[in-house]
Amino acid sequence: MERRTPRLRAIVSFPRTGAVLCALSLVLSSSLLSGCASRVQAGTILAGSTSVQPFAEVLAEEFMILYPGTTIDIQGGGSSAGIMAAENGTAEIGMSSRSLNETEKKLWSVEIARDGLAVIVNPANPLTGLTTAQVRDIYSAVVTNWSEVGGPDAKIHLIAREEGSGTRSAFESLVMNKIGITPKAIVQDSNGAVRQLVSDDPDAIGFLSLGLVNANVKALELDGVAATDAHVVDGTYKLSRPFLFVAASEPTGQAKEFVDFTLSAAGQKMLATEGLIPTSTGGAP
Amino acid sequence: MKGRAEKFTEHLFLVVALSSLSVLALITVFLFVEGVPLIAKVGLFRFLFGTVWAPSQNLYGIFPMIVGTVAVTLGAVLVGVPVALACSVFLAEFAPTMVRNVVRPAIQLLAGIPSVVYGFWGLLFVVPFIRSHLGGPGLSILAGSIILGIMMLPTVISISEVSLLSLPRQYKEGAFALGLTHWQTIRTVLLPAAKSGIVASVILGIGRAVGETMAVIMVLGNAVAIPESILDPARTLTTNIGIEMGYASGEHQQALFATGIVLLFIIMLLNSSAQLITRKK
Repeated sequence: MERRTPRLRAIVSFPRTGAVLCALSLVLSSSLLSGCASRVQAGTILAGSTSVQPFAEVLAEEFMILYPGTTIDIQGGGSSAGIMAAENGTAEIGMSSRSLNETEKKLWSVEIARDGLAVIVNPANPLTGLTTAQVRDIYSAVVTNWSEVGGPDAKIHLIAREEGSGTRSAFESLVMNKIGITPKAIVQDSNGAVRQLVSDDPDAIGFLSLGLVNANVKALELDGVAATDAHVVDGTYKLSRPFLFVAASEPTGQAKEFVDFTLSAAGQKMLATEGLIPTSTGGAP
Repeated sequence: MKGRAEKFTEHLFLVVALSSLSVLALITVFLFVEGVPLIAKVGLFRFLFGTVWAPSQNLYGIFPMIVGTVAVTLGAVLVGVPVALACSVFLAEFAPTMVRNVVRPAIQLLAGIPSVVYGFWGLLFVVPFIRSHLGGPGLSILAGSIILGIMMLPTVISISEVSLLSLPRQYKEGAFALGLTHWQTIRTVLLPAAKSGIVASVILGIGRAVGETMAVIMVLGNAVAIPESILDPARTLTTNIGIEMGYASGEHQQALFATGIVLLFIIMLLNSSAQLITRKK
């Protein structure tokens, strides 16, 4: 017991020193951080949809190589947050992976590309197409057996993306029509995982970006229209969403250069290589 | 002279030791600062027992995840504990030294395999096996239980083996002297005597299972409905955080931190009960 007393005292007295150290390091690191932040603000800030983010990052990387000395800072946050950031000026450009609603229409915006959504099944599944209503019934668990939609007698294994994912919210707004995806659906956290599961499971159905469909899965026709880039461009395939750049007013300076670069033939080609569908407004210089 | 150097090192070590503790404190404080406002807003009861988790509609009920966690952990115990106990009895009582020298490090190696490897193996072998032989999507509580059962083996085996080996020799000698066979001795004398250590090892194994994330995300299917059979997909508390943190912001993110608080309490409860049981001895 006696042996312990001095040590106890040391423990009691140490937190104070520790607290001082902690406070010091906090002050140091926060000043460092704020230093960084002020430096970045010299460049152009893009914020918004995490679906657009990876593509914007590819573009920004190339842009910064082509125009040395420029800084493009890409941040996530989601479409709504990005549009809001563009509106109040926190970001020069907001990125959105959904169309603007009525109150947002007053903002300046340009479509940089389109992303198709494919409904996929295992290649062993004899079905070649479904209607939008059938897909909705399947994902709301109204229909649970493939035979109810003209397939084999087997239970449907639903695969969806996680809450918060842009792909999921696009699917919800394009297909589900305010009906929730059933909680019984299997949830995977990436396009790749969805594709892997569907390619392994003959009874599975999933959805992912059209650009990521490969030979291991089969993209279904929707309402009789094949899921191809061409059908997305001519508007007959309904499951597509625009990728937008949004700004409070028409961008100027470096922000404008970046938008122009995105819409240029080179920029559009990069987006196409990454799996997006070039926009009809783009392609021109 | 010696006194001062001694003091200095003592203090130095104290600072280093406290810095690791302070990380725990920081994480705990952070969890509470982020998570408590949401629990307060939703209400503790509705947060814990709400059955709908739909952050996009501001519905935060983690009951399906609690059910999922309990189901998978129970399954893991059913799969893992019998194997682990048999293994520890074998190692402590039956195995010739040579076999023991091979098996023991091999089991330790099992603990060193990264969890993502377990998950990948489960996804490629266990899940398709369940899908083709038992039906369902394969991603299921059963798959998770098998993987977690294997993952808790090293913890349970090594701790229960140690508690068997640390029993006084007289127990065994006395039992033999009374004419009991080797198996009777193990069953009626050694196992009951080592009970507290074995129970503690199981609880620590459960702690490992509850906290595991990566492997479970890959094989469990992550559906947010309350599972109805062991072939249904389910979601645990850890996988809820793991799978949704990427896109979560605002309240959704707070809800994930709140899930972390619940998890912290469960782990604390498990660890302290394991300690209590071993101390009672």
